[in-house]
Amino acid sequence: MKDTRPGTGAAAGGRAIEISGLRKSFGTTEVLRGIDFHVERGEVVCVIGPSGSGKSTLLRCVNLLEEPSAGTIRVAGVDVTDPDVDIDAVRRGIGMVFQSFNLFPHLTALGNVTIAQRKVLRRGRAEAERIARENLGRVGLADRVGAFPAQLSGGQQQRVAIARALAMGPGVMLFDEPTSALDPELVGDVLGVMRGLAVEGMTMLVVTHEMSFAREVADRVVFMDGGVVVEEGPPSRVIADPAHERTRAFLSRVLDPAAARIEDADAAVDADVGDAAAEDGRP
Amino acid sequence: MTAEQAAVPGGMSRRRRRQISLWTQYGLFAAVVLVVALLADWPKLRVNFANWGVAKDLFPDVITVGLRNTVVYTAVGFGIGLALGLVIALMRLSSAAPYRWFATVYIEVFRGLPLLLIFIFVGVGVPLAFPGTTIPGGAVGQTGVALGVSAAAYMAETIRAGIEAVPRGQTEAARSLGMSHGRAMASIVLPQAFRIVVPPLTNQLVLLCKDSSLVLFLGVTLEQRELTKFGRDLAGQQGNTTPIIVAGICYLVVTIPLSLLARRLEARRHGGRR
Repeated sequence: MKDTRPGTGAAAGGRAIEISGLRKSFGTTEVLRGIDFHVERGEVVCVIGPSGSGKSTLLRCVNLLEEPSAGTIRVAGVDVTDPDVDIDAVRRGIGMVFQSFNLFPHLTALGNVTIAQRKVLRRGRAEAERIARENLGRVGLADRVGAFPAQLSGGQQQRVAIARALAMGPGVMLFDEPTSALDPELVGDVLGVMRGLAVEGMTMLVVTHEMSFAREVADRVVFMDGGVVVEEGPPSRVIADPAHERTRAFLSRVLDPAAARIEDADAAVDADVGDAAAEDGRP
Repeated sequence: MTAEQAAVPGGMSRRRRRQISLWTQYGLFAAVVLVVALLADWPKLRVNFANWGVAKDLFPDVITVGLRNTVVYTAVGFGIGLALGLVIALMRLSSAAPYRWFATVYIEVFRGLPLLLIFIFVGVGVPLAFPGTTIPGGAVGQTGVALGVSAAAYMAETIRAGIEAVPRGQTEAARSLGMSHGRAMASIVLPQAFRIVVPPLTNQLVLLCKDSSLVLFLGVTLEQRELTKFGRDLAGQQGNTTPIIVAGICYLVVTIPLSLLARRLEARRHGGRR
């Protein structure tokens, strides 16, 4: 079998992620309709867009949690869609953080961070635990190593999940709406950890609704809608001065959700008033 | 007049009617119990079913032979059933269609056959089908196989349900960390699935404990007798039914705590956090 670990071998010179002509259908629904884009080493790319735009599917295609229908995806130069590629080896080099954390509930925080090191990388117990403690410390949870997921807050669980991915020494980290399932007051902790990773030079592809995070941390922002990349560029341009009407409409909804809610509420009230008037009008 | 009173004929309140109906039921129930009790011949019952002298002579053999063998047969059957059931469950969930077909046929066939028939087949059919071969382990091996192949069909369905109850995200997280399908199953999914299926598997253990009595159709030596055979033999020898009662109590000593345990585990699972 080929050595397909990203960051090793002759292919190590490639871009962190390079996607071309990516299409993905679920049944007759085409979710991704030809995506071309890339992530350079050390770059932080944030993918934004309305729900159903295919952002998460795009991310899940990168480590083949979803099988692409067409197109190629290269991770550190390795074509992951090649059926001869050892996908387990590729995944070892890609850290994935899920919206719903997906911690292993039957293992402690330490167990969550050590199990793949031990079973996949074949590290010894002592080494795996040392690396696990290091990474749990890195996400600010050095004092919760013995806690089970059910004993941790959502923010703490997500940080354990980040430590779990980091312990494998990935070349790139994928984040699939990492703060969407969190209570608002816990979002900051997780974003803080991610900001720290970005500063350390980690290559990151982040699907997010946190516009302030995207604006501050991202090197590049990609706006997706309807299964295509509508526009991309530095956050100062895409978020502050979008070129496309669709981007502008999405941002005005996301950046000022309160206003959007009030608008919706107004519309609802208008409708109610209309209904009431109609009822009154009946004999 | 309120709406409630209006709905009741004869002006009786709803509560009053419920009381009358309840007391009628209690009365009928008590009458049936009383009639059965009066019809029974108590002195004869005491001599035949609760004969202290006969009961005392059963010890310690009823425990050291009967109960011991029941536990051994049950344990071996459970072990074989669990191992085979796990394999069938994994086949049932396999992406390879032939495995799925085999597992489905296996489950349907063995759930549809009377256990007694399986015992007879193991005792008579196997030596006929494979001349010169007998299942190793004598009565223990034969009973274990008969109970195991049958229990495996039920346990496979239970285990499959347990595996399917583990959220998809667990497998995705494991695979994302570079674990192979088999590794993710062994290290992440199965430990969680087994926690889910412990209560139903405990109930299966209770069923196996009772079903181990079918070993008597295989023909067993004196030392291989389990509770039912032991009780039946001694009842015949003594011309007294007390040994059957003692054997029955021995079953309950094992099965009732297991049932209670299963219920508690289930309550804990539903009450506890995940």
